[in-house]
Amino acid sequence: MYARLPDARSETIAVAIDGEPFEARAGDTVAAALLASGRAAMRSTPVSGAPRGPFCMMGVCYDCLVTIDDAPNQQACLVLVAPGMRIRTQSGPVALAPPAEGV
Amino acid sequence: MSDRYDVAVVGGGLVGASIAFGLRALGPRLVVIDGAGAARPASRANFGLVWVQGKGEDAPAYAAWTLAAARAWPRLAAELRQATGQDVAMRQAGGVHVCLSREAFDARAALVERMRARGDEARVEMLDREALLARVPGLGADVVGGSFCADDGDCNPLRLLRALDAALAAAGVARRGSTRVEAIEPMADGFRVVTASGAIEAVRVVLAAGLDTARLAPMIDLDVPVRANKGHVIALGRVAPLLPLPLSTLRQTDEGAVLVGDSWEDRADDAVDSAVLGAIARRAIRIVPALAAARVVRAWAGSRVLTPDGVPVYAASPVHPGAFAVACHSGVTLAAVHAFTLAPALLEGQLPATLAPFGTARFANVRAAA
Repeated sequence: MYARLPDARSETIAVAIDGEPFEARAGDTVAAALLASGRAAMRSTPVSGAPRGPFCMMGVCYDCLVTIDDAPNQQACLVLVAPGMRIRTQSGPVALAPPAEGV
Repeated sequence: MSDRYDVAVVGGGLVGASIAFGLRALGPRLVVIDGAGAARPASRANFGLVWVQGKGEDAPAYAAWTLAAARAWPRLAAELRQATGQDVAMRQAGGVHVCLSREAFDARAALVERMRARGDEARVEMLDREALLARVPGLGADVVGGSFCADDGDCNPLRLLRALDAALAAAGVARRGSTRVEAIEPMADGFRVVTASGAIEAVRVVLAAGLDTARLAPMIDLDVPVRANKGHVIALGRVAPLLPLPLSTLRQTDEGAVLVGDSWEDRADDAVDSAVLGAIARRAIRIVPALAAARVVRAWAGSRVLTPDGVPVYAASPVHPGAFAVACHSGVTLAAVHAFTLAPALLEGQLPATLAPFGTARFANVRAAA
């Protein structure tokens, strides 16, 4: 569905998507990296379970929510990939992790 | 020539629509006149609690009225479902007022005791931290305990408004939208309600126009000095079930969103104030620390309709039989008694004795002192 432009030459950045290694490109948003990985949907909704993917790519539609480095419901289109980033697609409502002791 | 009705309800928000919902089952020719544009702000901005505990501290009649409302709520939800097929997501498994200090806990316990001594029959009990954690896990270290009330609950207030509107439409109730009432003229056998888009005649007129009731009430020789009280709400994104019960300042909707409220600000605007948002967000995180990881989806502010003593107004015009004014800040909680108790009385033309304490005579001293 989505493909890199042939002249895209920026350096690669290693991330993990659902535990699998993936080479994103510098300057990719998490949403762009997920689309480049072949995923159209990156979550299913908490209420009906319908699949959702990025729609607006500019922070408005909230349809691209994913878990980034254990923080759930992050807008994938507003976060740039970083080396070692752990990205997880979401299925239904995600539990908020209890904070660490002492917080 | 003007349209003629048995009852004209001025105000199509939760209060007016609830009254009209009750009236529609009794058969009068009925019209609901709603305000212009962005009217019914409280009906759209509110938090959605069906809340009993702590209301009517100095007004036992209000405490009893609120409890009656909570107990009639299942009937309202059932009738709305029957009339419209819509589910307003009402839960009534209890609610908690959380205390963040020993002083707050002791003050709350004293309040509960004082109300009980004055005849309040709400099922309220003080729970220490351990007992509270058994009902609501994940509370923060600052939570000392709280008051649990088995009569409390919540609903989806936007769905409530939509279901009331749908039920009125299905019953063929006339509606005048975006219509500002300019004058109410008593006639020999009723009232002439003058609007920019024509006049409406009705045997009875019920003012339930929220803050605008302050402007309208003098037209029927009543003084209803309501003022705006600003409240902020923050909506957090949907997450897995986290809060099994609504708290007075925090609740999770049936669809998983967490709502954080509520501020009480003596202001009339509805601009969002980031300092207030920060304060209520910090308090929410003290109560449920896991919320620190939640995402804010949106935030808004709205205006409560507050009387000088915080107690509702149900008043008949002293000089024009058949004209009434209603004002309250609990349009969700009181919806069921507005539909099932107040509406029949309004149609009959006589407020019940139980509503005598809610007249406007109590504001005479307020006005004299001002």
